[in-house]
Amino acid sequence: MLFALLPLLGSAIVLFRKGATEQMLGKIVITILILCGSMASLNSVHSAESGTLSWGIWLYVLTLTGLLWAVMGFWSKVDTRLNIKIGIAINLLVPFLFGGMLLYFWEMITVGFGVPQVLLPPPSMIGVAFGNSLETLWADFQQTFMKAVLAGFFMGCGSGFVVAVLVDKVPFLQRGLLPLGNLASALPIVGVAPIMVMWFGFDWQSKAAVVIMMTFFPMLVNTLTGLKATERMELDLMHSYAANYWQMLFKVRLPNALPFIFNALKINSTLALIGAIVAEFFGTPIVGMGFRISTEIGRMNVDVVWASIAVAALSGSLFYALLALLERQFTGWHPSFRVG
Amino acid sequence: MLNQFLKSSFVSITTVLAFTALIWYAAAVYLNSAVLIDKYERHKVEWDFSKLVDDAWSMDRPIMPAPHQIFFDLKKSIFGYKINSKRSLVYHGWVTISSTMVGFAMGGVLGILLAVGIVHVPTLNKSVLPWIIASQTIPILAIAPMIIVVLGAIGVTGLLPKAIISAYLCFFPIAIGMVKGLRSPEPMHLDLMKTYNATKSQVFRKLRWPASTPFLFASFKVSIAISLVGAIVGELPAGARAGLGARLLTGSYYGQTVQIWSALFVASFVAGSLVLLMTVLERKVQKRMGVQA
Repeated sequence: MLFALLPLLGSAIVLFRKGATEQMLGKIVITILILCGSMASLNSVHSAESGTLSWGIWLYVLTLTGLLWAVMGFWSKVDTRLNIKIGIAINLLVPFLFGGMLLYFWEMITVGFGVPQVLLPPPSMIGVAFGNSLETLWADFQQTFMKAVLAGFFMGCGSGFVVAVLVDKVPFLQRGLLPLGNLASALPIVGVAPIMVMWFGFDWQSKAAVVIMMTFFPMLVNTLTGLKATERMELDLMHSYAANYWQMLFKVRLPNALPFIFNALKINSTLALIGAIVAEFFGTPIVGMGFRISTEIGRMNVDVVWASIAVAALSGSLFYALLALLERQFTGWHPSFRVG
Repeated sequence: MLNQFLKSSFVSITTVLAFTALIWYAAAVYLNSAVLIDKYERHKVEWDFSKLVDDAWSMDRPIMPAPHQIFFDLKKSIFGYKINSKRSLVYHGWVTISSTMVGFAMGGVLGILLAVGIVHVPTLNKSVLPWIIASQTIPILAIAPMIIVVLGAIGVTGLLPKAIISAYLCFFPIAIGMVKGLRSPEPMHLDLMKTYNATKSQVFRKLRWPASTPFLFASFKVSIAISLVGAIVGELPAGARAGLGARLLTGSYYGQTVQIWSALFVASFVAGSLVLLMTVLERKVQKRMGVQA
């Protein structure tokens, strides 16, 4: 109860001391006060019987939303260029507040209005399901991600890259393959999943095959474009150094193509996960994320399904983040990373 | 003259395609031969290579159908049945295209609205933009069957659930492209608008919106293709009785490989035409706006 009054205190400070949000300390204090209010309302919504909540609490939630919006507003007005470390912290804080707000609404509405679990379980329940079925989730993760996704991703990207370098040497193939490659990138390649399952069996090999097919073309097209990105002037300079083909390739053209290659890697990281999971809908041994999702849905264990989705989302995001980090490491010289 | 003809991209593409067809026929023989030889030996049939090749290209349920088998199946299932028959691929294709288009429209509107908000409201820029990017690292198609089942439980069935999946997939390229596009006017142009004392909505209508059209169409082309993928995957969960995805699924359940391949071909054809449609639309709009081709 006491916690619920804290946001009031926060807004009172803002009202009577207008300068409070100008300073760092004031901002932090007000943010914390308002977060306390959210905690309090979550607590009360859980303790009350569903459906018995009066309109007062929703009014409270509505006000709290406005306050949170204001908090995000004053945080995002901070000039993040002044201090790099604080800038990064604030740039992380605002999206986290927003994500937290969404989760908060999700929990409040599903619990408060007694939404059936089959429809949409509250985040807390998903968390419990996550904790309870850690072992199965880990096995699924190993089957789908460690085996199918990683194997397919490396083979698909690797072969796409090698083919691109080969094609780049032969102008005839370039003209013939590039339009087709562009077309193939637009095709619904996931559709080959049933065929691959038929050819390579139910285990992870068939999923890896789908992933290879999905990741090959984006890599091919992007690498080819990247190899063309080197400017005439740079090539002329290398020519005047009497550089041979390989020296040109490794010292100028491939480094210049790196941003494109990383772009393809990032696109492929999502595609690979999608390919592996969708391929599992067509038949799989009794383990794997796609299998878990489709069977638990049939048994109406929606919380496990959501936990599985959380694993997929988490691994997808981490995979992507890792690639983005590598990209920064290797292409930090590129103009797109310059701090404006 | 001949040299120039050889260098045209038409020749290159045809050569690559012809080569692909060649490999395909060879692969059909190779992949189907194991089953066939096994069958010959069990039935103690005399066989030589030419009989093997003939049989490999005309199997009933081949592991790898030959291109002409797919062609005949396509011909049969597109022209052979009435358009509203359950066996007609035109019918299934239409089901998929309609949910693709509805999803694309929904995703387009959502993406553009989000982009407008992000460009004009700094809080949205800081708070929502990172989540839009993060939302794409989530393999959303994994949730597809779940969305279908959940929406089916509350009585929403048919076209809408599939369209929602398509919309989720295609709002992202549009939102990102439009944010870039709406921010593409140079400071000089914005300053000029300021000297005209233009209001925010005038700047938007007369400068930002027109400046963003190239970005809009670039994202449209990407997102209509993934919208189709979304619609097809949305048809995979049991319960969907129509659509290209359902054809894929029934094909894989009953081992009808030729059916799977023809569904794939139709899907590819639809994807190609949708992207082409966008390109044509782009040209038309650009012409109206006075862009010199």
